[in-house]
Amino acid sequence: MLGGALAAGASLPIVQGLLPRESGGPTGASAMSGHGSHAGHEAFAHAGFAPGRSVNHRANGFNPTELLRDFDYGKTRRLASGRVLREWEIVAQDKEIEVAPGVKYEAWTYNGRVPGPTLRAREGEKLRLNFLNASEHPHTMHFHGIHPALMDGMPGIGENRGAGQIGPGEEFTYEFDAEPFGLHLYHCHVSPLASHISRGLYGAFIIDPKKGRPDADEMVMVMNGFDTNFDLGNEIYAVNTVGFHYVNEPIQVSRDELLRVYLVNVLEYDPLNSFHVHANFFQYYPTGTSLDPSEYTDTVIQGQGQRGILEMKFPFDGDYMFHAHVSEFAELGWSGFFRVGNPSRLTAAAASAAYCDLPWGKT
Amino acid sequence: MEAAARAERAPGGLPAWLLGLIPLALIGAAIGAFALLGGPGLGERTGPPVEEVVVERTTLRPGEIELTLRNDGPDPVDLAQVAVNDAYAPFTASDGTEIGRLGSTTLTISYPWIEGEAYEIFVLTASGGTVDASIPVATETPEADLSFYGLMALLGIYVGVIPIALGLLWLPFVRRIDARWVGALIAFTVGLLALLGIDAALEGLDIAATAPGAFGGAALVFAGALVAYLLLAGVDAYLARRRADAGGTAAQSGLYMALLVSIGIGLHNLGEGLAIGSAYATGALALGAFLVVGFAIHNTTEGLAIVAPLREGAGPNARARFGHLVALGLIAGAPAILGAWIGAAAFNPSLAALLFGIGVGAIARVIVQISPAMRNEEGRILHPLSVAGLLAGIALLYLTGLLVSV
Repeated sequence: MLGGALAAGASLPIVQGLLPRESGGPTGASAMSGHGSHAGHEAFAHAGFAPGRSVNHRANGFNPTELLRDFDYGKTRRLASGRVLREWEIVAQDKEIEVAPGVKYEAWTYNGRVPGPTLRAREGEKLRLNFLNASEHPHTMHFHGIHPALMDGMPGIGENRGAGQIGPGEEFTYEFDAEPFGLHLYHCHVSPLASHISRGLYGAFIIDPKKGRPDADEMVMVMNGFDTNFDLGNEIYAVNTVGFHYVNEPIQVSRDELLRVYLVNVLEYDPLNSFHVHANFFQYYPTGTSLDPSEYTDTVIQGQGQRGILEMKFPFDGDYMFHAHVSEFAELGWSGFFRVGNPSRLTAAAASAAYCDLPWGKT
Repeated sequence: MEAAARAERAPGGLPAWLLGLIPLALIGAAIGAFALLGGPGLGERTGPPVEEVVVERTTLRPGEIELTLRNDGPDPVDLAQVAVNDAYAPFTASDGTEIGRLGSTTLTISYPWIEGEAYEIFVLTASGGTVDASIPVATETPEADLSFYGLMALLGIYVGVIPIALGLLWLPFVRRIDARWVGALIAFTVGLLALLGIDAALEGLDIAATAPGAFGGAALVFAGALVAYLLLAGVDAYLARRRADAGGTAAQSGLYMALLVSIGIGLHNLGEGLAIGSAYATGALALGAFLVVGFAIHNTTEGLAIVAPLREGAGPNARARFGHLVALGLIAGAPAILGAWIGAAAFNPSLAALLFGIGVGAIARVIVQISPAMRNEEGRILHPLSVAGLLAGIALLYLTGLLVSV
């Protein structure tokens, strides 16, 4: 029949696919439709959401673009011993969030956002997390790190001492030392585990080495997904929650400037996730626990809970895609673009300046 | 006059029509009050909204997949995003993305589908639920233009009109056989019709399973059957009275019985054409010569069923003219053309289920009506010859049906 020949050769309207948005308003002024002489495959440039709708970040309470470089250093004070005590207030709460344009999801969150705040400390500090469970369900904060059993956020451990599972309305203070340095994560450990994690109770946990890392434009990418119809498979894949967000708002980075990505995989229901960047290579530091990179590559694979630090520089201006090199995930939302421009951003300086907030200056 | 007026008055002195209206008015008032008060005592719904959306029609055009969706649930549904083979794709909605109860909208999805591949589509609703649609083998949906209607007409003629006309050519044979065989011949027709009816009922129920439940679903098949049966029975009673009034005999003529069989088969072929047309439109049916030949053989038996009652002795005035035969053939065969048109151009599972039901009801009525002609000299309907005829009808239809499993 005629279908195949026509499908391949007929002229079609240009559709808004996965082309990075031109700079402009939040919804962009991209080509919605027209009648070009493009062939079928050009018209469907990439997978993407339907035009005309965008996620309401204000209602969500967070914007993935801002979330990228939002590091939560907590509040600090120096103890009599001379050590720094770093303290956070974390509240677990149930919240409906929009994970794709028009698609709502009943998330469980730390501090009202998914992923939860990127907690950042320095090696050797004393950390204290005042956790309040304002959700309707029991939760915990389970940190990847080195700490005593009581501080493990594990249901059944230390229940008689107020630890273990934290019920609705209950509080608990987790206290432990920041070690080892590297990129870690935290998440709820209440059973059923897949449900408690995939609902949104996770976040990145960065422990900087004592001497710090070289100045860079730093950002956090938490690879996640959402099983919106609860069939134990994800309908939406993303970095930092909103599918295709960095397609609609490409990440602005500076040419020739060092870029450091803290990459964490918390994806539930799929055994593997991956990160691939176009037209560039990066140094990879698995778990960030060594200052020497293990590999110079453009693609890494991470299982759930795995994480690593990526360092790269873009030598050319332009839009460069990054996505899961699992095509299914990429086309179900886990895709984005870096927009490389003039080397004028001084974000690196801004990030390291955060340490100056300490009353005693940079420690 | 006065007595009549009094008879219409109830004991309370109210006219009968008013007494009839009072319950209606009370029901109206109660519903109004219930709605105004927001359903006192019922409280909020328990649990999240129920989303039930049915895919009524799938159309493929170069670079585009079109889905017609109907909301079969109690709550409005907002269709937020669409993914084809696990890739989100841009789309537009003909009547907005939000559809109310029983409302429908057509999503036009931009996707470079490839002929012959299979596609799984999910529509993601605002609440995160999914509506699944699948395309087993992608092929372009024919445009409903003049040449397409011509093709469907040709198809209808091939599988409906010509085979039945050929079947009618058994008339001379039917006329010559021994009078004792008449019952067997009628029984053959009944057996054939019975299996045809069962087949139509099952096909109707199959289609109804894909139709929105709110429109009745499987109940449409039964409703269609009941309506068709009652209508045909009503028409028959009316005609019988007219024949009696005209001073004729109330008995059925052979020609009249043949007409009934034609109508029954015609209504069945309407559903059959519908199935063929929609199968062709969705690419599920390859119009090979084998299939057309199979249909021809299959439907030729239907022609034999029509002429069987024309055997002299089956009833008075059985002499049929050539014009009669043409009319009988058209009544039985032409609806296949109409069915193919509807099926290919505007297939709707609810309508299809209803039409199949109508076919079943018509066949049932025809069986009831012509069965008495199976009687032997002792007045028995089931006797060795008629049973043999019934079995032969069933067997022949079954065997020829093997050639045409659509």
